[in-house]
Amino acid sequence: MSEAPIYPHADVEICPGGPMLVRNAGAIRDADGQVHRVDKPIVALCRCQKSARKPWCDGTHKLLPPEKRPQ
Amino acid sequence: MLLPEPRGALTSALFAALRTSPRTQVDVCVEPSDLDDATLALWVLHELSYRGFDDVDDAAEWDLGALAVRRRLEDDLERRMRERYAASAARPDTGDLAADLFTYIEQFEGPSLARFVQTTATRDQVLELLKWRSIYHLKEADPTAWVIPRLPVRAKAALAELQYDEYGGGNPNQLHQNLFTRGMRAVGLNEKYGRYVGEAPTEFLEMNNALSMLGLHRRLRAAALGHLAAFETTSSEPSRRIAQGLRRLELAEELAEYYDEHVTADAVHDQLAVRSICGTLVDDEPDQAEEIFFGAFVCMDMESRAAHAAFARWGVDA
Repeated sequence: MSEAPIYPHADVEICPGGPMLVRNAGAIRDADGQVHRVDKPIVALCRCQKSARKPWCDGTHKLLPPEKRPQ
Repeated sequence: MLLPEPRGALTSALFAALRTSPRTQVDVCVEPSDLDDATLALWVLHELSYRGFDDVDDAAEWDLGALAVRRRLEDDLERRMRERYAASAARPDTGDLAADLFTYIEQFEGPSLARFVQTTATRDQVLELLKWRSIYHLKEADPTAWVIPRLPVRAKAALAELQYDEYGGGNPNQLHQNLFTRGMRAVGLNEKYGRYVGEAPTEFLEMNNALSMLGLHRRLRAAALGHLAAFETTSSEPSRRIAQGLRRLELAEELAEYYDEHVTADAVHDQLAVRSICGTLVDDEPDQAEEIFFGAFVCMDMESRAAHAAFARWGVDA
């Protein structure tokens, strides 16, 4: 019998064309130095710089043409 | 919740039998009067597997007659959904499931109720829409919970991560269903589970029937997850628009906050649904790829039909 596989799993994930997923964060410091408390086990951080809710992703990257989305 | 008012021959016969179950078995030979009658019958039969009805014995969920009627109605619904999918635009197929699924969902065109709520809808129209939508929101995430035990390891862990958030992360106050309940009460609507089923148009009930059917059949597990992916991917931006519309109409802040919560929550959920859930499922079960796109189509097609129905009722050009 083969061993059960160990799956690669990360706390931080870069989503092509989209946000950065962050797990188990206590607080996030944004570009202006402001600290945001995190009360969820997983959050999405904006990478396209167009979110109206920075540092959080609000899905705005989907309104950008593909070449303007973060890699 | 009590059984709703019947809407035709099938629901009349079915509801009468359900009220006296298990003394009487459901008659499997009654034909529906029309699609509205068939759709309400299926909604009620599915509900027996969720919270049930105060005037129906709990054992009716597994009444053989009820199951036979449910199966017949589901077969008809699935046939119609598959015919529309077969007639729709082909899906992209580059071999990158996540990229293809995002592209497929983004390219689907349908009328936007969210944009209408944001800019134009009257207070009465928004309240009516909330009543119809409450059929879904008060059991939000429940149909997808049926799918968890049917998945391979990675997709199961990822779906549990998403559902944990839908169910409030252990905090009943944050349970999304419960956030909607509080919002309904705050705008003066009756928040009782199932209260507005009797007022819901066929298309809004059918949207829920499709979701329940995909969740309840193991055979349709990948379609259920494709549906989830499309739903989450098309949620953040419309939720932002609806929140703006609610504030424009000065409706209670609690309800706008429900939609605010979905702007950021669903920006996480869509990535999980597309990449970690659908993506790994197809890695493990490659023959399920087409079913994921079918499920995504069902979500968007049903939403589009419901939007058309709402605009037609209000006499608004979609």
